[in-house]
Amino acid sequence: MSTDVTDGSGPGIRGDGAVGADNATDRRVRRLLFGCAVITVLTTLAIFFVLIDNAASYFFGAKLTEMLLGASVERTVKFTEFFTGTRWAPDHATPGHGVLPIVFGTLAITVGAAFVSIPIGTATAIYLSEYSSKGVRSKLKPTLEILAGIPTIVYGYFAIAFINPMIVAPIAETVFDINMGRYSLLSGMLVVGIMTIPMVSSISEDAMSAVPDDLRNGAYALGATKFDVSTRIVLPASISGVFASYILAVSRAIGETMAVTLAAGMQPQITANPFAEIMTMTAYMVKMARGTTAVGTVEYQSLFAVGLLLFVMTLSMNLLNDWFKRRFQEEYR
Amino acid sequence: MSTEEQSLITTEVQTENTTRTDRPDETVLESRGLDVHYGDERALSDVSIEIPEHKVTAIIGPSGCGKSTFLRSINRMNDQIDACRVDGELYFHGKNVYDDDVDPVALRRKIGQVFQKPNPFPKSVYDNVAYGLRVQGLDDKLDLDDAVERALRGAALWDEVEGKLDSSGLDLSGGQQQRLCIARAIATDPEVILMDEPTSALDPVAASKIEDLIDELVEEYTVVIVTHNMQQAARISDKTAVFLTGGELVEFDDTATIFEDPADDRVEDYITGKFG
Repeated sequence: MSTDVTDGSGPGIRGDGAVGADNATDRRVRRLLFGCAVITVLTTLAIFFVLIDNAASYFFGAKLTEMLLGASVERTVKFTEFFTGTRWAPDHATPGHGVLPIVFGTLAITVGAAFVSIPIGTATAIYLSEYSSKGVRSKLKPTLEILAGIPTIVYGYFAIAFINPMIVAPIAETVFDINMGRYSLLSGMLVVGIMTIPMVSSISEDAMSAVPDDLRNGAYALGATKFDVSTRIVLPASISGVFASYILAVSRAIGETMAVTLAAGMQPQITANPFAEIMTMTAYMVKMARGTTAVGTVEYQSLFAVGLLLFVMTLSMNLLNDWFKRRFQEEYR
Repeated sequence: MSTEEQSLITTEVQTENTTRTDRPDETVLESRGLDVHYGDERALSDVSIEIPEHKVTAIIGPSGCGKSTFLRSINRMNDQIDACRVDGELYFHGKNVYDDDVDPVALRRKIGQVFQKPNPFPKSVYDNVAYGLRVQGLDDKLDLDDAVERALRGAALWDEVEGKLDSSGLDLSGGQQQRLCIARAIATDPEVILMDEPTSALDPVAASKIEDLIDELVEEYTVVIVTHNMQQAARISDKTAVFLTGGELVEFDDTATIFEDPADDRVEDYITGKFG
């Protein structure tokens, strides 16, 4: 035995040329993977920079880069007008630069959509995770995920061809006696709500399925009904995942573009009438980016100010999501 | 249906209460020809047993012999498993729990269960114990406070958690968690407590506390305990049932008889460690 150790041949761990080559390959692979990861980070930073740079020229008449090169600064649009004004018409003959109407549009759609997607999505998740048989779940879950994969423009047509004329307009006429146009806030809410149901149900269902069966059995053994177990054990134990799904759905609704543009229209206004046409921030950006406005004008640069605001809104939702996950996962392990 | 069932049980409880000490061997649970299948696989085969009230009945046997299956068929926890099929009869105070008019939810309020792995809910100590009472509709704060304290004292846990009823049940040690689960089970004042290897996930000190507790619990409850640990069965039980592979009940008798003079050779082999 001892001769095996001391005869100098070793137990095959000394390595030869092949091992060195493997190490080199390893390093190359690592650099390649790192490079890919860096691309996404750089892209995010670049987008952020372009938004700020161009938004500066909306507010100060010159881009940040131009200012560094000595361009004169003039206040084109005041912050107070931008954040508190209630008329949004940067491309009008007498321009209005109050962003509130389109922020209202976006938030109204988001809140309305949440009232559709959160209850229906949560109930669907509870049904899939706690009530449905394996057979039903194996069919229903993929169907929901198909719903998530439909292009949003198709939802837009669904709204314009079905939800608005067949559902919303008849209600407006028969119940409220309002003659409605082709677009409405309500149909925007409904279509974005429907669109985000799969996001809520799918992520919530994953969180609920991850709740250990031990807990369910413990509750059933105490004489809990299925409803007790679903609402008092499974839902609280999976709350961090469930809330994460709500926040993802909400930030999706904030950033949603094509469906709301087609469903809710392009008329910036603050209104409590759900049958009125409104405009969201994204819809405004679609309108501006279509290219009828000259690049570099104040009207055109408003695009970036709105974009930056939208970016900050969705970013803060994502940060909220992260915070929430950390805060509650600690408690429920 | 369920009110009729409820009243049937309640009247029997009252008669039991008056005769508890006079008739020590009153049967509380009885199975007749109980068969359980999981799909095509037979887990219990023709089990007939009479479990006496206010005694500790231990169920021992090698892995996969159907001990836990038998326990789960008593409070119909097997209902949760899709592929599970139960044939035969299982009587709780003379009422077949597999009759169509029995509500498993009501049944489980009479027959509590403690599991192998401590499974406190991710809630406070207080809410863990109050859970069973709340699902039964009790929500008066003072009544709940009272019942929670009584249950925690009953589970010999009160002194350790008195000052931290609001902290998470998950922050307790393993042994405390298991006693919390026992407190949770007795809070609703069941008649029978089923225990599925309640000490197998615990260290010896925590395990011996649970054993002492079982000794006290049997004053008020009927305890059916599944265990892998034969010394434990010998220490704490009055009656012992030996299941062997195939889900067959081989012998059921006083614990002393089983361990000292079993009738069946296979039981003797199992107990002396020749197999299993």
